[in-house]
Amino acid sequence: MKKALVTILATLTCLPAMAAEEVNIYSFRQPFLIQPILDDFTKQTGIKTNVVFAKKGLIERVKREGKHSRADLVLTSNFSALIQLEDENLTQAINSETVTKNIPANFRDPEGQWVALTKRVRNVYSAKDRVGKLDALTYEALADEQYRGKICTRSGKHPYNLGLVASMIAHHGEAKTKEWLEGVKKNLARKPQGNDRAQVKAVKEGLCDLAIGNSYYFGKMMEDEKQKAWAEAVYINFPNQQDRGSHINVSGVVLTKHAKNTENALKLIEFMTDNKAQNMYASMNMEYPVKPGVELSKLVASWGEFKEDSLPLSEISKYRPLALKLIDEVKFDL
Amino acid sequence: MQLSFSLSKWQSFAWLIGLSLSVPLMFLIFESLQPDSEVFAHLWDTVLWDYVRNTMLLIVGVCTLCALIALPLGWLTAYCEFPGRRFFEWSLMLPLAMPTYLIAYVYTDLLDYAGPVQIALREWFGWQSPDDYWFFDIRTLSGAIVMIALVLYPYLFLIFRTALREQSFKLVQASQLMGKSPSQSFFKVSLPLSRGAIVAGLALIAMESMADFATVHYFAVSTLTTAVYDTWLGYYSLTAAAKISGIMLLFLFLALTLERVSRPTQVVHERQSSVNSTTLYHLKGAQAWLASAFCWLILIAAFIVPTWVLADYAIDYFEQAWNDDFFLYAWQSLKIALWVSVVLIIMSMLVVFNQRVSSGKRVTLPGKLASTGYALPGTVLAIAVLIPLTLLDDKLNTWLEGSSFEPGLLFSGTIFALVFAYVVRFYAIAQGAVESSYQRISPSLDMASFSLGRNRFKTMLSIHLPLLRRGILTAALLVFIECMKELPAALLLRPFNYETLATHVFQYVSDEQLELASVSALFIVLVGLIPLYVVNRSMEQRS
Repeated sequence: MKKALVTILATLTCLPAMAAEEVNIYSFRQPFLIQPILDDFTKQTGIKTNVVFAKKGLIERVKREGKHSRADLVLTSNFSALIQLEDENLTQAINSETVTKNIPANFRDPEGQWVALTKRVRNVYSAKDRVGKLDALTYEALADEQYRGKICTRSGKHPYNLGLVASMIAHHGEAKTKEWLEGVKKNLARKPQGNDRAQVKAVKEGLCDLAIGNSYYFGKMMEDEKQKAWAEAVYINFPNQQDRGSHINVSGVVLTKHAKNTENALKLIEFMTDNKAQNMYASMNMEYPVKPGVELSKLVASWGEFKEDSLPLSEISKYRPLALKLIDEVKFDL
Repeated sequence: MQLSFSLSKWQSFAWLIGLSLSVPLMFLIFESLQPDSEVFAHLWDTVLWDYVRNTMLLIVGVCTLCALIALPLGWLTAYCEFPGRRFFEWSLMLPLAMPTYLIAYVYTDLLDYAGPVQIALREWFGWQSPDDYWFFDIRTLSGAIVMIALVLYPYLFLIFRTALREQSFKLVQASQLMGKSPSQSFFKVSLPLSRGAIVAGLALIAMESMADFATVHYFAVSTLTTAVYDTWLGYYSLTAAAKISGIMLLFLFLALTLERVSRPTQVVHERQSSVNSTTLYHLKGAQAWLASAFCWLILIAAFIVPTWVLADYAIDYFEQAWNDDFFLYAWQSLKIALWVSVVLIIMSMLVVFNQRVSSGKRVTLPGKLASTGYALPGTVLAIAVLIPLTLLDDKLNTWLEGSSFEPGLLFSGTIFALVFAYVVRFYAIAQGAVESSYQRISPSLDMASFSLGRNRFKTMLSIHLPLLRRGILTAALLVFIECMKELPAALLLRPFNYETLATHVFQYVSDEQLELASVSALFIVLVGLIPLYVVNRSMEQRS
């Protein structure tokens, strides 16, 4: 009976003979962002890449699939997802000298459970005509009374804002951060909505004077015919330059615990941390490369040098659940 | 071949369907019974009640608005003659093909503070800032209600109109002879007679709006769906998320039970349907124009404007937005939609037939069990489907260990997962449409058929099936189009490199780059038009 079933199943499914060389990826990042890099990888190595993209639930999927999972890599768009994957015990160490050489220690897990691939800054944009450039701006100042009704941001629960709030907790503690959040909420020009681009657009239209947003959106808007006008209406400011530096978030990658194509997966990770791919991230997606010495896109370079908050991401990430709790408590999104 | 099943066989079919479609839900309930680390209590103390209130308002708002749109439209196009009636009969169903997330994006782009409409107004009147004037804010609860109602009203329109067409027109004629005005016969005869259909339509709309995430999220309106996602993805607590889903299902059961309790015990069955054009009301003058204008208004708002904006983007961004793989994506969407439609028609027929021929208190239970998937937000349903399927895969792999064949993720890693998820999610639609059609077939027909020696199976095939034609077509159409549009489950459950039109659209929409998604979005709408056309053609035949 078992034998018969095996034969039937085998014929019925006729699983396509697995391509000899491939690597399977679950990606939180949109295919149009990563495909050029993957294509280049395939061209160079002959290794085929297979992708499933989703914004939600991929971690749960890897978890439920367990040891049968076909995913070799998970690409994430923020550091909390990296650390959640590690915490849920879904990763294995990335043992590669190339990676260790390419990526500075504060941008990979001490045990190699995850590696960051790109950096982005949580900037504050200011209206050129009404506010001007704000070189001395701090995140803390966003709660000041002078900005009452003048700030726009996306949902407080978005990973990028949660990361920022978590870093505030890490620096100032829970009580101070809650006070700060209440202040920022009072300063909002409208209920948090839209994505980071929409905030810059709102500044351009005069709905608010300051907007919180990631750096690469600014670069990408500059490249879009229609959105260029929005981006040109604002200055990009790097907060907290006089003290700890600006908050940064990263996109990254993990090697799954039950990866079947480990070698190929490692090859891809190495490729993604190396000059070519890092440069592609920088030039096409306006992100900051993680590998030192890789050239920035001209546009990004024109924003100037800045100081980064050096608190390790794993430290900040501890406060993420608390950050979400505070957002709920002050009803930031409501 | 002589096919005949005993009554207990029919019952076991129904129960088998009911139970297997509710397996994902069972796992979710099991999950919700696990202890969770205070997350639920924290939500209870802070935002949960705001969410519950918003959810209630959303459901009530959408249902009311849908009723206000769909009931007059259905009655007008079924019973009245006015300029453009034939055109509106089918064109008013077009918004079905428009995914809610697209219409929400399009209208926000248009009506936002930074959108062309308000910019034009500001330039026109010289206003400088938002303080200078008032404009209705689309990103609000009421905005969400309007958006969702605009794409969901066709459910009610379609089901209500089918009911009207199947109802005997004689009753309306009788009320006319007794001196009732058209509007009086609408309220006194047509509405009460179609109660079952109206409730079925509204129940679908209520469930769909409760499960909506894309629109409310985009409009920054926090509902219970938001809470489900927050707890699961933010607090990492699937357990608390499952608890909140439980609350949502409670709503659902409450609503369904209320409906059953309040349903009149007296049932009106039709003996024949006899609508023909000579018996229609002929609207004249202002009335006729008003009817036309109302139809145009809805059609323009719900379909023409969004399609036009998408087409406009598509022309401007064609080179960036075109993809040679579109036909493949369309085919993959179409394939799943066809599969699911066929499976669901068969399943819902079997379950509803059992309700008809069996008796007993629990006879409707299988159908209710199977319908629960519709009220769950898509991604939660996807996870709920994933849990039992991965377990099954694991068991299978363990069992086959050592044999030459290693199935891997045979159920959860293939297209099976997607089809299963859709069947679970959209069963309620199929049953709603088939059931409301079934209710109008008089049981005396069954008795006649039985006494003439036909068994149950033959009765179903040769007596019921032809009479149910419209109901079945309605069901197939609704399911098909829903499958084409469905997003969250498709995203999460698809195999590697499997792209449907909806998932392709989403990668751009999720980055708020509607322009780049415009061509594939138009494809979704176009492919949805095919079944609309086919079904409408065949509904109009022999009527």
